Amino acid sequence: MVKSTDLVIIGGGPAGMSAAISAYNNGIRDILILERAETLGGILQQCIHNGFGIHKFNEELTGPEYSWRYEKQILELKIPYKLNTMVTEFTRDKIITAVNEQDGIFKIKAKAVILATGCRERPRGALNIPGTRPSGIFTAGTAQKYINIKGYMPGKSVVILGSGDIGLIMARRMTLEGAEVKAVCEIMPYPGGRARNVEQCLNDFNIPLKLSHTVVEIHGKHRLTGVTIAKVDENKKPVPGTEEYISCDTLLLSVGLIPENELAKSAGIELDSVTGGAVVDQNRQTSVKGIFACGNALHVHDLVDYVSEEAEIAGKSAADYIKNNGMSPGSFARNIIIKTGGGIRYTVPRKITSITDAKIYFRTSGIYRNAKISIKEGERVVASIKKKRVVPAEMEMIKLTGDNIREIKGGIVTFELEGLHD
Amino acid sequence: MYDIVIIGAGIVGAMTARELSKYLLSVCILDKESDVAMGATKANSAIIHAGYDPKEGTLKARLNVLGSEMMPQIAEELGVRYINNGSLVIGFNDEDAEKIKTLYRRGIANGVKKLALLDKDELLNLESNISKNAVCALYAPTSGITCPYELAIAAIGNAMDNGVDLKLNFKVEEIKKNEDGYEVISSFESVKAKYIINAAGLFADDIAKMAGDTSFSIHPRKGEYLLLDKECGSLVSHTIFGTPTEKGKGILITPTVDGNLLLGPTSVDITDKTDTSTTFDGIETILSQVNKYVNSIPFNRVITSFSGLRAVGGTGDFIIKFSNDNFISVAGIESPGLSAAPAIARYVAGMLKETGIRLEKKKKFNPYRKSMHFFKNLSDEEKNRLIRENRKYARIVCRCEMVSEGEIIDAIRSNPKATNLDAVKRRTRSGMGRCQGGFCSPYILDILSEELKIPVEHITKSGGASNIIIGRTKGGEQW
Amino acid sequence: MIKNLTCIICPIGCNIEVEIKKGEIVSIKGYSCKRGEEYAKSECKNPLRTITTTVFTIDGKVLPVKTDKPVPKEKLFDCMKAIKSTKVSLPIEIGKVIIENIEGTGSNVISTNNMR
Ligand SMILES: Cc1cc2nc3c(=O)[nH]c(=O)nc-3n(C[C@H](O)[C@H](O)[C@H](O)COP(=O)(O)OP(=O)(O)OC[C@H]3O[C@@H](n4cnc5c(N)ncnc54)[C@H](O)[C@@H]3O)c2cc1C
Ligand SMILES: Cc1cc2nc3c(=O)[nH]c(=O)nc-3n(C[C@H](O)[C@H](O)[C@H](O)COP(=O)(O)OP(=O)(O)OC[C@H]3O[C@@H](n4cnc5c(N)ncnc54)[C@H](O)[C@@H]3O)c2cc1C
Ligand code: SF4
Repeated sequence: MVKSTDLVIIGGGPAGMSAAISAYNNGIRDILILERAETLGGILQQCIHNGFGIHKFNEELTGPEYSWRYEKQILELKIPYKLNTMVTEFTRDKIITAVNEQDGIFKIKAKAVILATGCRERPRGALNIPGTRPSGIFTAGTAQKYINIKGYMPGKSVVILGSGDIGLIMARRMTLEGAEVKAVCEIMPYPGGRARNVEQCLNDFNIPLKLSHTVVEIHGKHRLTGVTIAKVDENKKPVPGTEEYISCDTLLLSVGLIPENELAKSAGIELDSVTGGAVVDQNRQTSVKGIFACGNALHVHDLVDYVSEEAEIAGKSAADYIKNNGMSPGSFARNIIIKTGGGIRYTVPRKITSITDAKIYFRTSGIYRNAKISIKEGERVVASIKKKRVVPAEMEMIKLTGDNIREIKGGIVTFELEGLHD
Repeated sequence: MYDIVIIGAGIVGAMTARELSKYLLSVCILDKESDVAMGATKANSAIIHAGYDPKEGTLKARLNVLGSEMMPQIAEELGVRYINNGSLVIGFNDEDAEKIKTLYRRGIANGVKKLALLDKDELLNLESNISKNAVCALYAPTSGITCPYELAIAAIGNAMDNGVDLKLNFKVEEIKKNEDGYEVISSFESVKAKYIINAAGLFADDIAKMAGDTSFSIHPRKGEYLLLDKECGSLVSHTIFGTPTEKGKGILITPTVDGNLLLGPTSVDITDKTDTSTTFDGIETILSQVNKYVNSIPFNRVITSFSGLRAVGGTGDFIIKFSNDNFISVAGIESPGLSAAPAIARYVAGMLKETGIRLEKKKKFNPYRKSMHFFKNLSDEEKNRLIRENRKYARIVCRCEMVSEGEIIDAIRSNPKATNLDAVKRRTRSGMGRCQGGFCSPYILDILSEELKIPVEHITKSGGASNIIIGRTKGGEQW
Repeated sequence: MIKNLTCIICPIGCNIEVEIKKGEIVSIKGYSCKRGEEYAKSECKNPLRTITTTVFTIDGKVLPVKTDKPVPKEKLFDCMKAIKSTKVSLPIEIGKVIIENIEGTGSNVISTNNMR
């Protein structure tokens, strides 16, 4: 038997919870959140460090605290959710198959669906580091789960590959728990994570950050016994003669996150090859009408505050879609494609489909000073912002008003960056 | 005292154990590792070769063709995946075309069925992503693919269900010959047997020496692989080989039974029989070669790399012989050893018979084993029926490969029992998907600890000292 | 002397330049908000850090905790020692004080999650 529900939200992390609350506040009551973990909150449950909520709450919260702010609302509003429930299949006609212990395998047909499935970490294989296959190699997030959720210690002497925020946070975390972090290697000439994390997670503990370095070989038959690291040239190729052996029993990989999009793929939703997430318009609607995406499933965010903000958009759009029986208000329709020019890695959204205010998030492809980022139609500047410094690790945003959009006559605008490359 | 002890639980030992479990004999199979199928059987191309490759008249040729004919039925009985996808040897010039014709004639002589020579159009019709530079091909429709460790695990599991004993972590270090047979000794224990079958792969020469046979030696030749995400498995449907060179069959491109795409192997002689590391050069070699055969391989979809060691005997043929009285060595089992294994097992049983041992069939031999992936193949209704009986089938532990806690517990409880993370992985695929265990290993660790009743810090990745964690946080280390 | 700091108060991480003469702060530049200015002052005089970590519950579960105010940086490991030897019993509500006035810093260790 297939049950019907107005709105199904897949994933109960910050994105899923914000989207649900936003849909509720926009008049939808028949909502169901499906979450495979035993709690709501997603990745935040293991992010016990602080740094969440500065923009949203003007307070510095830890992950679980930030999550609780939303969970409380879900409980108060009595928005239904099912935990320990894994969505296994999803089709473009919005039929969801899920499984849990109480209901077994069951199907739901939804009027609208929001994909809020988060992201996963890039494993070692994706990097092809030569060497043996010992134990003691973890992605940083897995180590985080072992320590913060399970209370297990992964190892004693540690090298971290990749200076993304999770790697930096874990350098501090493992140090506080008594491990020795011997080095953090970063293949790029600049750190992948935020400056403040380099400061308080590495510098505070005198942990060396080796920029333009990578791990070139893994040693150890059973448990990891060490790694060889080397300097890399401009093309990220190891420079012969710069190899250095570091003995360690643990290697953490913090080498990137990939949006979790198996379900989107199975529904035939168009994906963006740069972000790995769905291609969406400013309402966060995917290429399939009535299916929306937000949070890390859409593109990897560094700040949860933006995740919540984006999810609110998706929640409201889904509510509008349900209330209008799937019809978009026609007179406002537009079909504008956003292209990326030099210096810009990606934008979300990539399409503008109606004359309503739109927040366009973007990331740059390098570090720039005194940068001016403009949205142009031909030579005409539609909107622009100035930034003293932009870095790929930090997402930026330009707001387009309905009026801005109304002025766009053709079907294409381009995002461009002018500035001093660092 | 066993009738027969088999040393080595690779595919040869496994098939031999299963073959012998059909008879009223007491059999024990030993391996030095913490699980079965940890040698060459774990890391190879997984091709069930048709049999056009080995030289006419060799034992290799005979056992290859027979083994590959036996494979579909064995796979069916053992619930192991086998796909008859066919193979193509492709050629780019006249010289290649000549070699391909030689292979064709050899195949016919070896008794391979349905072989065909293809021209360019026929080739591209069969496999549209092949390089446009290819001009001809040898088509072997009887070639297939399987999962080699799954096959070995299932064969040993089935043999155990039929009465065979398995002893793991048993490294044979000495063999004594007594009046009534042999004593096989490790540092911790010993077993006695009337007959010994030496199927120790790379170390078969060392084992033979222990019985006084120094007539052969085995050296390792490394083959490295890259495995690509399941999204790429449909790039080709056949197994694609380049034309062979003096160095061997060369690098191939093949879908796997799991739907991934496999690239490799390289071929490099090494000296250390335990060196299964991957190398920078190996990875580069693969990347540079496969592009010539097939268009647009998405290298950014590599999910893991690994390497396997060929046990090269140097005679050009399998070495299957008596090393001493009632002591059979099965050595130098290079490719196509996987394909030939069922036939090797039969051949070895025949040699035993010659010694006068009585091979009396068991009445109750059960040739069947439940597929390790049986749950996946059920309909939703059947799954729900099982879930109502055991809720753990509804608790998904590995999200990439959709493996439930119930299936993981099955792997820990059924023969041959999984005792570590990699062993669970080889039986259930949990941790083999695109996240490579990042999400599920913390949970599997707890399940193993609970099922085996040992503390988590003693649970290993693959036996020995390969512990995953070192203890509790807060300085509560156990080491 | 010029001291270059990265503000750690919020994820923006402004680069702050502090000019110090004879042990006194002469000028502070580069911050984007008041909290940044205060951070720069305290970082030059008495650097403070918030600790986020976990404590075990009596039945072996793991409860996340933090100091409700930052503690002096040089007391990080002393505080960690005290936290490591603490065990709590459930249930616990978010915000509950686990250790009062840890190591005399005036800061309390509080739970950052609900747990049953
Ligand atoms: C280690 C780490 C440190 C971070 N540090 C900070 C920080 O200091 N400050 C900050 O502001 N931000 C930080 N972030 C970023 C922020 O936490 C994330 O961007 C945010 O949590 C993403 O929210 P989400 O809901 O999109 O994804 P998630 O939190 O990952 O939630 C996705 C949920 O979907 C569920 N799900 C997925 N697939 C299925 C399925 N098939 N069926 C059912 N459920 C499913 C998952 O179980 C999960 O609960 C950090 C992120 C990480 C990973
Ligand atoms: C790179 C590569 C690609 C290949 N591709 C194919 C292919 O596509 N098709 C095909 O048909 N064949 C292929 N082969 C060949 C095939 O993999 C082997 O022939 C087959 O796996 C050999 O099985 P085995 O049981 O003889 O050896 P192994 O699997 O190596 O087993 C030997 C066992 O003996 C144990 N052992 C060793 N010493 C001792 C000791 N002292 N005490 C106790 N136990 C011991 C080891 O632990 C091991 O488990 C390939 C081989 C390689 C290396
Ligand atoms: S100065 Fe203000 S805005 Fe800048 S990092 Fe510090 S707290 Fe954030």
